[in-house]
Amino acid sequence: MNREYKEAVVELLYQLADDDLLVSYRGSEWLGLVPHIEEDVAYSSITQNTMGHAAIYYGILEELGEGKVDDLAQLRPANERKNAIILEEKNGQGHWLYEEPRYDWAFTVVRNYFYEAIKKKKIDSLKQSTYEPLVQTAIKIDTEARYHLMHWQTWFEQLIRAGGEAEERMKAAIEKVWKDIGGVLSLGPNEEKIVSAGIIESEAVLKERFLADMKEKFAELGLEFPGEPGMERGDGRAGVHTEDLEEAIATLSEVYALDPAVPW
Amino acid sequence: MTMAKMSLESVVRQQLETVCDPEIFTVSILDLGMVENISVREGTVTVELLPTFLGCPALGIIKENVIDAIRQLEEVKEVEVNYIKSPPWTTDRITEKGRQGLKEFGIAPPPAKLEDDGTWEVSCPYCGSKQSRVENIFGPSACRSILYCKQCKNPFEAMKPISTM
Repeated sequence: MNREYKEAVVELLYQLADDDLLVSYRGSEWLGLVPHIEEDVAYSSITQNTMGHAAIYYGILEELGEGKVDDLAQLRPANERKNAIILEEKNGQGHWLYEEPRYDWAFTVVRNYFYEAIKKKKIDSLKQSTYEPLVQTAIKIDTEARYHLMHWQTWFEQLIRAGGEAEERMKAAIEKVWKDIGGVLSLGPNEEKIVSAGIIESEAVLKERFLADMKEKFAELGLEFPGEPGMERGDGRAGVHTEDLEEAIATLSEVYALDPAVPW
Repeated sequence: MTMAKMSLESVVRQQLETVCDPEIFTVSILDLGMVENISVREGTVTVELLPTFLGCPALGIIKENVIDAIRQLEEVKEVEVNYIKSPPWTTDRITEKGRQGLKEFGIAPPPAKLEDDGTWEVSCPYCGSKQSRVENIFGPSACRSILYCKQCKNPFEAMKPISTM
């Protein structure tokens, strides 16, 4: 593997790993707080799987000499993270531990639905990657992630169709998430290197496939299509992040950082 | 020489019959279809396993249990156990014996396939009725779903179908 190719693989792996880590971290904060008990079972299972997907990507990075899996997940500072900004955003007002959590379920449903829909497009593309470990990983992740997408799509459709306050909140959440969902589609400043090496297809191609699905779904549900996905707060792939990410990393690594040599 | 090599391999395989899923102790990892490869070279045993679900917390425990079980064999000098990425583990790798073991434990074996409309046909592990409905695709662990039998009116768990199709 030549240096340039390896750099491109490493770059994409960090994006994939950090996206899955942050979205599952935010999922873990919902434990015990979701609307009903069956959802608690489902969402925590999805979160556990997704954390597993992040671990597999970090594992490949470890094999490529980037450092230990746990260090990669827990010890990298915010400005080195490659996740999309929308995935680091807090679930809503309050905190599960320090103050009354008043999290936003509509935001959570919409964020997860769009995220899983884009993840599916990336996974399908990675099955044709020139990098064999990513092909194998994509095939395996797809067997699990299809259930995640099905789950969030069900919530999305039901809350829109419910009308009333549910529909209003969902529409507000769609508007909010759409402003930054472009960050999940982004392949970052090094896109050309990644794409020309055949590791994944271009952002434009992935976006077109995602938007085709969304247009169909929005029409089916009688929703107005919001147009071009935005990236208003910047590109997480380029190291642009918010305070929410710093808070997330500080919390998720609190125990590990006490003494990384200790097996917990 | 070849004979000896063959026999240690089969001894290892036999020993792996004793390693079960830590939460479903009626099914060995062999019957779960997790063991992809066993190779022996001058007393060093290498076992390649397939992860069932990538985030399953039992994976680490199973790996340790495999190492412990093989270390008990006198002929073995060293053991190496690795999870490999390919082929992907799918529920059709579970053997007939494994399916029976799941039933004994009260878990319905996974359906052969998912219908096109996303539904699946599972027999209730208590009364055998196929009149069941999926209550939750997700369950108390990554590999299980929660169902309800309309015939005997018991809730039950079924192994979630995993396939690359």
